[in-house]
Amino acid sequence: MNLRDIRIIYRKELRDMLRDRRTIISMVVVPVLVMPALMLGMGTAAAKLVTRARQEIPKVMVLGGEDSPKTLGELKGLKTIEVVANSADYTNLISEKKIRAAVKIPQGFDAGLEKGEYQIVEIYVYAGEMKSGFGAETVENFFQRLRERTVRERVAAQHFPERLLKPFEVRQTNVAPPKKVSGNLIGAIIPYLLILTCMMGAMHPAVDLTAGEKERGTMETLLCSPVSRTHLVLGKCLAVLTTSAATTLLSLSSTGICFELGKRMAASGGLALPLTMDAMGLAAVFLMMLPLAIFFSATMVAIGLFSRSSKEAHSYVQPLLVITIMPAVASLLPGVELNSGLALVPVVNISLISKELLSGTCHWSYIAIIFGSTCVYAALAVTAAVALFKRESVLFRT
Amino acid sequence: MIEAQELTKAFQDKKRGKIRAVDAVSFRCEPGKVFGLLGINGAGKTTCLRLLATILKPTSGRAIVAGFDVEANPGDVRGHIGFLSTATALYGRLTAQEMVEYFGRLHGLGEAELGQRVEAIFAMLGMEEFRRRRCDKLSTGMKQKVSIARTLVHDPPVMIFDEPTHGLDVLAARTIVGFIRECRARGKTVIFSTHVMSEAEKLCDSVGIIHNGRLMAQGTVAQLRAQTGAESLEDAFVRVVAP
Repeated sequence: MNLRDIRIIYRKELRDMLRDRRTIISMVVVPVLVMPALMLGMGTAAAKLVTRARQEIPKVMVLGGEDSPKTLGELKGLKTIEVVANSADYTNLISEKKIRAAVKIPQGFDAGLEKGEYQIVEIYVYAGEMKSGFGAETVENFFQRLRERTVRERVAAQHFPERLLKPFEVRQTNVAPPKKVSGNLIGAIIPYLLILTCMMGAMHPAVDLTAGEKERGTMETLLCSPVSRTHLVLGKCLAVLTTSAATTLLSLSSTGICFELGKRMAASGGLALPLTMDAMGLAAVFLMMLPLAIFFSATMVAIGLFSRSSKEAHSYVQPLLVITIMPAVASLLPGVELNSGLALVPVVNISLISKELLSGTCHWSYIAIIFGSTCVYAALAVTAAVALFKRESVLFRT
Repeated sequence: MIEAQELTKAFQDKKRGKIRAVDAVSFRCEPGKVFGLLGINGAGKTTCLRLLATILKPTSGRAIVAGFDVEANPGDVRGHIGFLSTATALYGRLTAQEMVEYFGRLHGLGEAELGQRVEAIFAMLGMEEFRRRRCDKLSTGMKQKVSIARTLVHDPPVMIFDEPTHGLDVLAARTIVGFIRECRARGKTVIFSTHVMSEAEKLCDSVGIIHNGRLMAQGTVAQLRAQTGAESLEDAFVRVVAP
């Protein structure tokens, strides 16, 4: 193994890549600017939309209730809704978003309450529409309060203690440490994001250094040098690994910063999120990602070497990206837990162990199996890339 | 020196089956001489030169380049040759100097020696003006000079040129022709493929005519003309490949 040759190739490839605008975009701009902008931007926009919808006083139509002046009066007196004139076309009005909801008060509702009759109040809502839901929720809360008041009055009239309505209380107490709670919530998303950025960081440089070289005619120039083909591939794989690891690290840092910013924004709005980011956990996740980054880098280099052009290489890599997303999603699925079988499945294993690490759980046996097996997959991918680079039918494929 | 003995390269083609791109080719090229490999497109010239440059492995036969066997010591062969063709492009994002230095390092030159070599070559080829300019910003002539500097940086005893003037304008082509003459004058062994007969007539000490992978005739230009009874090398070439 000639380390000098590998270092020469590596340094040249890195310099070449850092002068390529597309590499800089995929390695720096996307993880540092685009991803946080998307995360923060989407979150802020969604929060603003919900707040604005909450602030709107919904128009609600009351159907019937003329013979129940007490309830009707209280309903009309609510400051949180605007009661509009009665119309038979209320379903269309809700669909067209001219009113948000409608409520039908049964005939003789007040009198029925007095007599203790069972009655049904119907609320009409446009399911799935947020503002309609808020309107219906306000009306439902009003009738909920009315029902509770009625029950309390009836119990009091019978001289029964109020405790009769609530013979016991049920309480939930959290025994999981805050780290575990955070791990379960954010630990599911972070591995998915990191696996994705790790792969995307390797994608463009790998194609450029292989299929791109063939396309630009520099491959034959390189093959004229006395450096062995194994060293050429190793130098290229190392350069791709560097961009992949850098993309992952930058993505990890920007996600952390975004997370802290989001937490502060929520806190300034009076919402204290019970979430913490564990620096040690993140460092452990990054270490576990390294063999996966080698695996991705070597696989992409092998695909690039096999392809005749960058276009052909991208047509192979894009489906691979989709295939990788599926196992990466494993950490997001409820109920999927790490076991000895899944610990050997590439990508799924890293996704699940990262979730565990972020929640402060440390199964050393799983960590060893996953790290070891991913190293084996990475070594196989590097071997495949070297073998492909030695095949004339692949290098001079026309 | 270059010596090819029954050098053969066979490929498996999906449509045509097994084809012999180079079929039992034998020739010898001495130091200080230029050997021209003449042939039409697809005759097997590039494959033959790629075999000598160890970019491809021979199916059978052998070749000795600068004293090394192409199969047994491919790394040593590559360390002693300069290979230049229209397919050997430059790294567009590297500067002219970075490009030449990179290949110098790949050929094992130390930093002190490399610095001296680069200065000497850049002065010789008149490349000072654009040494820090990126290769993708250079004119065709400038790019040719960088390619020449790249092949010369390790001072190889054997030079292999595969249609080096193909697609070049008159001035760029003259630079290459001048460079080949310079190599001969310096005592290097030069092999040169072309289908431009006038170039071969001007440059080559001896030529070989390759057709369908086989070396159909070889000798000096005068010998080939005499053998075929032709007045020019072009006529001689036509009589050999299309009798």
